Amino acid sequence: MSKLHVTTTVNGDPAEFLCDPGATLLDALRGNLGLTGTKEGCGSGDCGACTVVLDGEMVCACLVLAAEAEGRSVRTIEGVAEGSELHPIQRQFLEHAGLQCGFCTPGFIVAAKALLERNPDPSETEVRYWLAGNLCRCTGYDKIVRAVMAAAAELRQDTAALKGVPA
Amino acid sequence: MASLAYHAPASLREAAQLLEADPTARVLAGGTDLIVQMRAGRTAPGAVIDLKRIAGISGVRDLPGGGFAIGAATACTALQDHPALVASWPGVVEAANLIGSVQVRNRATIAGNLCNASPAADSVPALIAAGATALVVGPGGVREVPVEAIPAGPGRTTLAPGEVVAEIRLPARPVGGGDAYLRLIPRTEMDIAIVGAGAALVLGADGTCTAARVALGAVAATSLRLDAAAAALVGTRLDEAALAAMAAAACAAARPIDDKRGSAVYRTAMAGVLARRAVLIAAARAGGKA
Amino acid sequence: MNAPGRQDTFRSDFRVVGTSPVRPDGIDKVTGKALYGPDFVAPGMLAGAILRSPHPHARIRAIDTRAAEALAGVKAVVTGRDFPQASADEIAIGEAEGNAADLAHNCMAQGKVLYEGHAVAAVAATTREIAEAALRLIVVDYELLPHVTGLEEALLPGAPVLHEGLLTKGCKPAEAKPNAAARQALNRGDPAAALAGAAKVVSRRFVTAPVHQGYIEPHACVALWNTDGQAQIWASSQGHFMIRELTAAILQIPQANIRVTPLEIGGGFGGKTKVYLEPVAMLLSRKAGRPVRLTMSRGEVFRATGPAPGSIIDIRLGAQADGTLAGVEMEFWYNCGAFPGGDALYGVTMAVGHYRLADADITGWDVLSNMPSTAAYRAPGAPQTTFAVESCIDELAQQLGLDPLEMRLKNAVRQGDPGLFGLPHGNVGYIECLEAAKAHPHWTAPLKPGEGRGIAGGLWMNYGGPSTAQVSVADDGSVLVTEGSPDIGGSRASMAIMAAETLGLPYDKVRVTIADTSSIGYSMVTGGSRTTFATGRAVIAAAEGALAELVKRAALIWGVEADEVAWQDGMARCSTGDHAGETLTLAAIAAQAGVTGGPISAEASLNAQGWLPGFAVHICDTAVDTETGHVAITRYTAVQDVGRAIHRDYVEGQLQGGATQGIGWALNEAYLWNAAGLMDNAGFLDYRVPVASDLPMIDTVLVEVPNPHHPYGVKGVGEAPIVPPLAAVANSVSRATGVRMQQLPLAPDRVFAAVNAARG
Repeated sequence: MSKLHVTTTVNGDPAEFLCDPGATLLDALRGNLGLTGTKEGCGSGDCGACTVVLDGEMVCACLVLAAEAEGRSVRTIEGVAEGSELHPIQRQFLEHAGLQCGFCTPGFIVAAKALLERNPDPSETEVRYWLAGNLCRCTGYDKIVRAVMAAAAELRQDTAALKGVPA
Repeated sequence: MASLAYHAPASLREAAQLLEADPTARVLAGGTDLIVQMRAGRTAPGAVIDLKRIAGISGVRDLPGGGFAIGAATACTALQDHPALVASWPGVVEAANLIGSVQVRNRATIAGNLCNASPAADSVPALIAAGATALVVGPGGVREVPVEAIPAGPGRTTLAPGEVVAEIRLPARPVGGGDAYLRLIPRTEMDIAIVGAGAALVLGADGTCTAARVALGAVAATSLRLDAAAAALVGTRLDEAALAAMAAAACAAARPIDDKRGSAVYRTAMAGVLARRAVLIAAARAGGKA
Repeated sequence: MNAPGRQDTFRSDFRVVGTSPVRPDGIDKVTGKALYGPDFVAPGMLAGAILRSPHPHARIRAIDTRAAEALAGVKAVVTGRDFPQASADEIAIGEAEGNAADLAHNCMAQGKVLYEGHAVAAVAATTREIAEAALRLIVVDYELLPHVTGLEEALLPGAPVLHEGLLTKGCKPAEAKPNAAARQALNRGDPAAALAGAAKVVSRRFVTAPVHQGYIEPHACVALWNTDGQAQIWASSQGHFMIRELTAAILQIPQANIRVTPLEIGGGFGGKTKVYLEPVAMLLSRKAGRPVRLTMSRGEVFRATGPAPGSIIDIRLGAQADGTLAGVEMEFWYNCGAFPGGDALYGVTMAVGHYRLADADITGWDVLSNMPSTAAYRAPGAPQTTFAVESCIDELAQQLGLDPLEMRLKNAVRQGDPGLFGLPHGNVGYIECLEAAKAHPHWTAPLKPGEGRGIAGGLWMNYGGPSTAQVSVADDGSVLVTEGSPDIGGSRASMAIMAAETLGLPYDKVRVTIADTSSIGYSMVTGGSRTTFATGRAVIAAAEGALAELVKRAALIWGVEADEVAWQDGMARCSTGDHAGETLTLAAIAAQAGVTGGPISAEASLNAQGWLPGFAVHICDTAVDTETGHVAITRYTAVQDVGRAIHRDYVEGQLQGGATQGIGWALNEAYLWNAAGLMDNAGFLDYRVPVASDLPMIDTVLVEVPNPHHPYGVKGVGEAPIVPPLAAVANSVSRATGVRMQQLPLAPDRVFAAVNAARG
């Protein structure tokens, strides 16, 4: 079976790998590239643990063929923090105890970041529906939703501060 | 999957040739059904043909006269970014954006939803109600057919070897028109419809229904266009008797099976409930209330 | 909140206990760096894959693995024949009991397959693709046998028998039934007479479906077994000592030969308290001479790992006109799946454990069927019988015209009442929970049209048991806690809090490590709500040991007796002699450890006794769409006696998570089998756990009635919150619709049918 050679960008850095034509982006990230922060909970797009951002849109990496990443840009949980500086969403997940086992957490954080980039001031209902594709079995979602709302507020304040507007 | 080939053709013509060359080949648009089926071993195509590198295959085009052409690889979420489409056919856009999760809808397409031919496909009853057509490209040239002509049964289509749906077309919203789609699911998201209902109406200035299309999903082997139910509405002001007649016709048209997602008895009862609710939303929109 | 009148009997002047600091493993978990079961990689590792039965019940006539073995890249193939004959003696399996022979048979079929998904062979190869290709080359000759998945069907005369000659535990031979694995009973007083004298008696049958724990991380492990007999296993589980014990028992090797390193665990809820993959990976590794990874798919998790039992419960519950409960008769059946070892015992124990009810006759049966062998699921066995009892209390209250909360208050157990196992109840807090629920604004908030409000109580016994911890002081004064209980929901933080409290240090001066099985003494599984209580006690005892040593060293430095040194605010204070009034910080003492007697460290191994049950009261509002039967949860409040919250946020999180799992159990979760005995919904699309948009915020009230047998009052919190929700939701729907809901899940079609039937 001949492998495909894929050249792509992961978290802003060039990356390349060889993969089977049927391999998923999730297989490539976890296996070929060693980026195990993206989790496999179901392999069928039903749990969101493998949420990554492909060319600016969040997707389930298990529902993307690795070959499709050719020439595209992929962002994963490993690219959310700026170096050692946690993103406000990550910090708020810690402050609000938005994780128990933590296995679903990378998917939630990537999804929440995609939400706040699109909608900086979501309602609780909007947060809940946006995150409906991410399953968490530990928290009952309460503290996750609170963490995302708090991160949104913090990010709005940051934006206001940048613009010199009182928040 | 041992002999799987991945192709990313640059043109529809090339895609059609690849499809014709390998009868087991499958089209990859969003992949949200195909990749799951491949992983589960339910399908083992010799090749997947990824449409997304074809120029113009993604996106919504305005057609002369006020209609829309939705490229086969257009993600469901992208429909929400086209204000004129949202204003004209909110039921279609909403139906497409009930499928799966945001993650799924960022990949899934309505053309894929149609060609996957699931009886429970959410966007299909909405498209049928809206009078949508599919532009089919194949070895024999190009043809345009009503969307309801594409699914032939669960997982089967009427597409000939080498044919691919290139785009979905929606007409201009008629003056006084409105559409809606509703589905019933056990949760609030991330489910397959137990029953889905699409409706599109045109109301005259005095509130009389001058045209109606009603469609149901998940109550038969394919989505159904309900002509009798629609006829019960035309010429009425959607009074209680008309709605009851429409709902009764919807229940009568439903011929569901018992399966893990619902019993035939329940689905039949829900066909009327959902159709009625969808008609009322469509009517409110037709009256400019939503 | 503190229970009124109780806090003065117990200290509450804490510095660190009861706060909510950021967990020590937090950054790794929000940045994707934490290594879970499927993430670990060993050098030279092979990929394993398991061939599973497509039939629910069949005899294996032969397995031909020759073609698979011949495939290039295949390094080992294992079948049931590679397992040694394990012992049938009863042993503890996580939170349950069973024997190593059954457990081995569950890891890989020997003679018969007993459920769809039962492992029959395994392959290790250089790649996952080759391993999967090899599975397709294995030929299994099955003789198909009739199957049974239903509870009632399994007990019918002539039903397919899973284990020929099995004796029903707890039964006289005359009462034994072919697929009945065990009978559990509680008899006290004269329930028949009490019911005959009751003002009202409700007699109902309740039915619940099997449900899965639904942890998001599938099972995974890596094993390496060398020819000298020494082995290493890296796995996520609720107890790496459990993996060592059970793997050793199955493979019949010394426990000391296996070193199990815990990886981060992505949820368990009881479902990761037994082994499935580890013995198989070990055998593959021994044959291949290389480390082997096994990982389950989601479908494998559903088809082959323990669900919680479904149930059928017949109950008669009586009450006097004033609401005093008067007699209960219950008989119930739980399906335990393919092997003996089920939850009926706890179903019997917890059913009416929260009420004063002198006359009770409760019998529970564990029933075998062709479904996966059940595993513990959060308060195993309690939610089902509690659903029946709490539903009947609600109905009695309705019939008697009483407030359902007041009726529970009237009957609630108090300190000194007979307890679950005959001994009087200790410092229990059910009354306090009910009072807190009554005082909560939710209880009196107005309802919208179409809404209903349900309330239900329940309890879990909690547990203690064996745990080990070590506390060592580095020479710069920082402190290390080493323990052996996997951290599922933030226990590293609570251990650090308890050690810091004991030593008088700030939280972030204490670091916690969960050590492998060769680096610390034994600890039982993280389960039964035992870890913060039992391992917490070990941590506190070790910290007290280290503290005693610190005091001794300070006395040496000052040249006084140890009893002339006090420990205050994290430092030693001299009370006598030339140095009276002087202090030495922990860091100052540690810096001189080398010249005062060497390293400062203490270990505690204990078998913690004195656990107390936790009680919960949940209030649930639902809105029912009676045209479709769809139920929406509109408001939810969980009240619980937590003893003492060590880390408040994570205690609240346990209540919220447990309530949500219970809501899923009540509304939509269920195993579905088709007529062929195959699971019809082995994925998260059709096995419907709650999603974020299904729920409101889950309000919590932490009632603190401290446990005097723990230095900080801990009782344990993880299990109790899944006990009331089944009835809280069902009672709410019953009140919204006017129809008593007796069968779960309350999926739209069932609610619609019930409402329609009642309308006639």
